[in-house]
Amino acid sequence: MCLAVPGRVLDIGEKDGTRMATVDFGGVQKEVCLEYLPDLQVGEYAIVHVGFALQRLDEESARQTLALFEELGMLQEEFGDPWEQAAAQAGADSPWPFADGPFGGEATAPQHVQEEGRP
Amino acid sequence: MKYIEEFQDPALARRLLDDIHATVTRPWALMEVCGGQTHTIIRHGIDQLLPEQVELIHGPGCPVCVTPLEVIDKALEIASRPDVIFCSFGDMLRVPGTGRDLFQVRSEGGDVRVVYSPLDALRVAQENPQRQVVFFGIGFETTAPPNAMTVHQAKKLGIHNFSLLVSHVRVPPAIEAIMQSPSCRVQGFLAAGHVCSVMGVSEYPELAARHRVPIVVTGFEPLDILEGVRRAVRQLERGEHTVDNAYARAVRPEGNPAALAMLEDVFEVTDRAWRGIGVIPDSGWRLSARYRDFDAEHRFSVSGINTREPAECRSGEVLQGLLKPHECEAFGTLCTPRSPLGATMVSSEGACAAYYLYRRLELGTVPAAATTPQEASPVV
Ligand code: SF4
Repeated sequence: MCLAVPGRVLDIGEKDGTRMATVDFGGVQKEVCLEYLPDLQVGEYAIVHVGFALQRLDEESARQTLALFEELGMLQEEFGDPWEQAAAQAGADSPWPFADGPFGGEATAPQHVQEEGRP
Repeated sequence: MKYIEEFQDPALARRLLDDIHATVTRPWALMEVCGGQTHTIIRHGIDQLLPEQVELIHGPGCPVCVTPLEVIDKALEIASRPDVIFCSFGDMLRVPGTGRDLFQVRSEGGDVRVVYSPLDALRVAQENPQRQVVFFGIGFETTAPPNAMTVHQAKKLGIHNFSLLVSHVRVPPAIEAIMQSPSCRVQGFLAAGHVCSVMGVSEYPELAARHRVPIVVTGFEPLDILEGVRRAVRQLERGEHTVDNAYARAVRPEGNPAALAMLEDVFEVTDRAWRGIGVIPDSGWRLSARYRDFDAEHRFSVSGINTREPAECRSGEVLQGLLKPHECEAFGTLCTPRSPLGATMVSSEGACAAYYLYRRLELGTVPAAATTPQEASPVV
């Protein structure tokens, strides 16, 4: 229940004087209240919790984080332990969690998609 | 969805792990506050991929788990009344009160309904003007604004057959209580990202400075958790203790001003009892005087109900990070998601449920099957 999930705004309308949207969560669509994010636009992403959009998902920040992670890898290659690098390369193609991880190559669906199907 | 796929990238995860391994020189204990994060960690085996020196301690951040027994008993009492339609999130149905749960109340004829959003409960009230509709308003700072808005709407639209049974809790006082415990081992916090989406980060610098503990705002994808751990470990190794936002794509420093204004209007801070932990000062919200009419406790005069918790369940220790779920004697034997002794086993975000679901291969107690506590729980 405390889980909030990212979704994409499909359309925006009004109901009982309240700004509402249809939001798509990877295939599942729900009606979502926009009163806390009144300037959210169609096509944007937001974190949604129990039918309320609570915060815009900032694509620029997402990109920055991913870029930082990429950069970390480069720094690692430059200054890191060659043994660790070899291990990293060996594991680089394996699915999450890594083939040598605690559960072998067990595939897990993205949690949010499963959570969405919950009663 | 692009965000989810990208933030589960195993190659990037490996790099973050490498960096953590390269950074850590001493043992550190970090607490992830939110139950959603606990589930990501256990599900993906993140705790086992981390260096041995980095221990993740599970925090009290599961609203279903921390709702006190007496509030559950009040819910059961109200839901049993013939004139009431009791609406709740699905997670609360199997949380044991004294002797029974909402699921049983329904099988005994109570009108208990599961809703996705509190606004759905308000709709039920509009559609059933001759009945009293009560919504079970539990949750942390993420859930409080939706519930606040629903009460505000009820007042605005003049829907007087709607009320809220409120048991909202706040994270910062819980962090304070954990740090004050003499047996506390926590040296750094991964703060719950979605709580901060609403509240911002202004409540944390004072806590971090006073307890000399780094607080890293952390998201919920595997990469988010690794990045939260990485930043916390970096700070600890350098002797720093600041607030750091590792979840900037969803957390602005100021939080959500519209939601904060609504919280301020509808609720006021109050002491709250946490299941298994006890009363934590200023750790919750109740309806403010302007909205007292919508308080189900007053409307149904159940405020006299007081209950003691059963002794065999050790969820209080689990919630404070003093005990790992599988260290509880009842774990997986007397206590399973099908017949839970405590809320930490019944809630899909509870630490006991996480261990039961994802650690059973190791334990060898039950065959692995792709069930969630919700799927398992309706079987009586
Ligand atoms: S395993 Fe069951 S009895 Fe033990 S602490 Fe967890 S919920 Fe309580």
